[in-house]
Amino acid sequence: MNRESASLTQGLSARRRAYDIGMRALLYASAIIICALLLFLIGYILVRGIPHLSWEFLSSEESVIKNIEGILPALINTLYVVIATLIIVLPLGVGSAIYLTEYATNKKLVAAIEFATETLAGMPSIIFALVGVIVFCEFAGLGTSLLAGAFSLVMMTLPTIIRTTQESLKTVPQSYREGSLALGAGKWHMVRTVVLPSSVDGIVTGCILAVGRIVGESAVLMFTAGMGMRLAKYGHGLGEFFKNLFDSSGATLTVALYNYAKERADFESAFAVAVVLLVIAFIINIAAKLAGRKLKKH
Amino acid sequence: MCDNNEKIIIESNKLNLYYGDNHALKDISFRIPSNRITALIGPSGCGKSTFLKTLNRMNDLVPGVKIEGQVMYNGEDIYSKAVDVTRLRRQIGMVFQKANPFPMSIYDNIAYGPRTHGVRNRAKLDEIVERSLRDAAIWEEVKDRLNKSALGLSGGQQQRICIARALAVEPDVLLMDESTSALDPISTSKIEELAMDLKSRYTVIMVTHNMQQALRISDYTAFFLLGELVEYGDTQTMFSKPTDKRTEDYITGRFG
Ligand SMILES: Nc1ncnc2c1ncn2[C@@H]1O[C@H](COP(=O)(O)OP(=O)(O)OP(=O)(O)O)[C@@H](O)[C@H]1O
Ligand SMILES: [Mg+2]
Repeated sequence: MNRESASLTQGLSARRRAYDIGMRALLYASAIIICALLLFLIGYILVRGIPHLSWEFLSSEESVIKNIEGILPALINTLYVVIATLIIVLPLGVGSAIYLTEYATNKKLVAAIEFATETLAGMPSIIFALVGVIVFCEFAGLGTSLLAGAFSLVMMTLPTIIRTTQESLKTVPQSYREGSLALGAGKWHMVRTVVLPSSVDGIVTGCILAVGRIVGESAVLMFTAGMGMRLAKYGHGLGEFFKNLFDSSGATLTVALYNYAKERADFESAFAVAVVLLVIAFIINIAAKLAGRKLKKH
Repeated sequence: MCDNNEKIIIESNKLNLYYGDNHALKDISFRIPSNRITALIGPSGCGKSTFLKTLNRMNDLVPGVKIEGQVMYNGEDIYSKAVDVTRLRRQIGMVFQKANPFPMSIYDNIAYGPRTHGVRNRAKLDEIVERSLRDAAIWEEVKDRLNKSALGLSGGQQQRICIARALAVEPDVLLMDESTSALDPISTSKIEELAMDLKSRYTVIMVTHNMQQALRISDYTAFFLLGELVEYGDTQTMFSKPTDKRTEDYITGRFG
């Protein structure tokens, strides 16, 4: 026993052992650096941003006369853009993904489309901004508006939604589909009752992460949705919602942050917005994790 | 061939099937009698599952598959354009080689088929679920956990859930692909009893690697080899006086 284990360790040369130790040290070092960087970043933002945060800052519109600072318009704009984008991108993206994985029979065409979505998903967002300005603001005549912004973001997030949905559809075992069809289920019934329920966790997680990308996007929205900091007319009800999408333009949170930092050098407000964005990002990540876990019932 | 005064429910004529270049079924002509148990035997890879799947058109799902020839079910060509595949599969049920319960509760698994075909009434569903589970010899084991996931059951239990699930839509023909290979002897004999009971209502076509099982419960046996139907006939005769040398070698265990 003793002799055996001795011969096992003797087999490792000194060089090999040094290499092992070196690699391990490198790993720990990079882990520590990353964690430290994250903590510093978050800490710095919180320290500089929190003092400036107040209920008034969150709930009012800025006014030079009354000397009030506030980001309510940016919050509302963000909400508008997120909801409008999701309403358009979800049916489109999930629908395309279902079509591509469950219905399409032309393998070559599917491969081509998958390659295209993959490439699109990796495009710099400023390109979507450019295309958005030309196609939605100018050609489609939407002008600089929240709706033009939402459409541009649809273009940007569509490939990601399609991809994540496809990935989770592909994890559903083929035997579930066979079992359902063998009982005489039609294709759509099979997709609806067996495939979607067992992949819904992945789909929802993908969508929540898309919300994260929408909230975090600035370039596209600066170009297409405007940069104004004032509250446009916001009414209640669904009709008003759609009307406002056409009529209003303005900065979302990220664009507001840009305004504060770059245009006005008001770093207190910029950091306060950053705190709000951090909190939203945190909530989105938790939600994505919970959704993934909760929805996987069986 | 089977007895001349049997009522034929399924008949294949010169059936050929190709998976790409792989010629998996060669000129299969086969008349399957109604309300009988027909066993398909043969060594691994000889095309038993493939043949079974041509009967309810599950092979349609395989990309690149090519099927020639005819399969008649009650006198209708099931590969003709006019056939509604969902109705065909409702009448020709299937239990797969590998148990494949859905990731749902036991109850929902069994109720899946009836619900698919429009049964909504809760009492009716309850009744179907209980009857199917009883028929598949698993009611006693699961009656207290109908709302638990079917994936939490053992492999053998899962297979019986799949049998119950197929029975719940009351098919005319039941295709069973080695459905008892994962079961213990007790559940196996329960399933065998079930198959024999069901003969009055159903036609059963079962793939089996177990010669004793074929001999015990089947009325007719078909021997497949390398995609060909080598011999087909009355089970007793076939096991006592096989006409083909290859059949004899296989059932006496000299190869396979
Ligand atoms: N989906 C498929 N795609 C391509 N080839 C297949 C497919 N399914 C089966 N085959 C091939 O067809 C032939 C017959 O396979 P099949 O599954 O029908 O055999 P089997 O008699 O059921 O064998 P086993 O007893 O091992 O289940 C084999 O050569 C197999 O490799
Ligand atoms: Mg098989």
